[in-house]
Amino acid sequence: MATDPVPAVARVWTWLAEVPDPEIPVLSIVDLGIVREVAWSDAEGRAECVVTITPTYSGCPATAVIAESIVVALHDHGVADVRLETRIAPAWTTDWLSDAAKRKLKQYGIAPPAQQVVAISAIGRGARSDPIVPCPRCGSTKTQCTSQFGSTPCKAMYRCLDCLEPFDYFKCH
Amino acid sequence: MAANEKFDYLLRLGDSTLILSQRLAEWCGRAPALEEDIALANVALDLIGQARLWLACAAEVEGEGRTEDQLAFLRDAHDFRNLLLVEQPNGNYADTIVRQFFFDAWQYPLLQALTASSDQRIAGIAAKAVKEVAYHLRRSGDLVIRMGDGTAESHDKTQAAADKLWMYTGEMFERDGVDEAMAAQGVTGNAGALRETWLAHVREVFAGATLIVPAPDAWMQTGGRRGRHTENLGYILAEMQFLQRAYPGAQW
Repeated sequence: MATDPVPAVARVWTWLAEVPDPEIPVLSIVDLGIVREVAWSDAEGRAECVVTITPTYSGCPATAVIAESIVVALHDHGVADVRLETRIAPAWTTDWLSDAAKRKLKQYGIAPPAQQVVAISAIGRGARSDPIVPCPRCGSTKTQCTSQFGSTPCKAMYRCLDCLEPFDYFKCH
Repeated sequence: MAANEKFDYLLRLGDSTLILSQRLAEWCGRAPALEEDIALANVALDLIGQARLWLACAAEVEGEGRTEDQLAFLRDAHDFRNLLLVEQPNGNYADTIVRQFFFDAWQYPLLQALTASSDQRIAGIAAKAVKEVAYHLRRSGDLVIRMGDGTAESHDKTQAAADKLWMYTGEMFERDGVDEAMAAQGVTGNAGALRETWLAHVREVFAGATLIVPAPDAWMQTGGRRGRHTENLGYILAEMQFLQRAYPGAQW
């Protein structure tokens, strides 16, 4: 198969948009806002594809798998030279999730982030305002947080007091 | 010289998160409830991620060709710069949670201050970490209240934990030549009122928990930030560093 040695940046983005997140495969790494930039650079005469990623949480174990998936996906599309750059500032935020991503999360059974960036100044006991998280199954707003920490760093555990089902909440970050 | 001070400062940040992470990981599979087990593992993961960022930064500042892994696995106890608080044993669950709360309530305002660091890389790491620590602090504060204001037994154990760990909290607010140099360079941002912020948070949570705040001017144990540790650290390192000591350079 003849492939263009330097495919357009827009095409590379469409390929990356097919790389699933290893923990929440219903979302791609582009949906999650992990991929920040794609560019071609000249590495001693060879065209090198530089993909800049911003990890979600400092210790997220999926980060290494994501990096590997990007390289493999681009190799499969004929891009031989791939370099990954990690950019931690500005820090990843759930505000980068697209509306499509939030819909997909809900359909998958994970309640999407219920507010914009968490008000981290309001961590004192008094100034506490927990978001209302509707149940992704029945839509009830009578839900309760059972733990701020869930099966992956980005999720909290909730239960619905109406349909009685437990569910994951993609917490604001 | 300036580089060495920044190296020391970064080691202090990195080592405290690394050792506390290792301690929390000891609970994995043994916590009193599944939710607690998962939460502790999550907090440990965040902290190890932060430790990697700080130690990678430290290794670069040092400029001797060492890596984050070499700093973590090939230094002995006297070269570690972590707070004595984080190396204290897990004990019962109150010991673990009070230790975590004291640490979180310190780390949170510290990181907030560091987001204004004159060093862009440090500011970037702090901006990322502070969002994670906000969740740690909410959880540990909530649990201190739940246990302190719980049964007579949980109250007594939580108070005992606070009394026992209190002498390791003074070290968090010490200032030596390294801190002065970092402050002069604007690296530490505006960390001036750290102790007052911490104490206010502890008082608020302890009031809700029906616990007595130990005397702020009590005698305090120090030394961790200068490499003088309690006997606990050696045992932690013996486990954490075993593989690299037994099979030097092993990779997978």
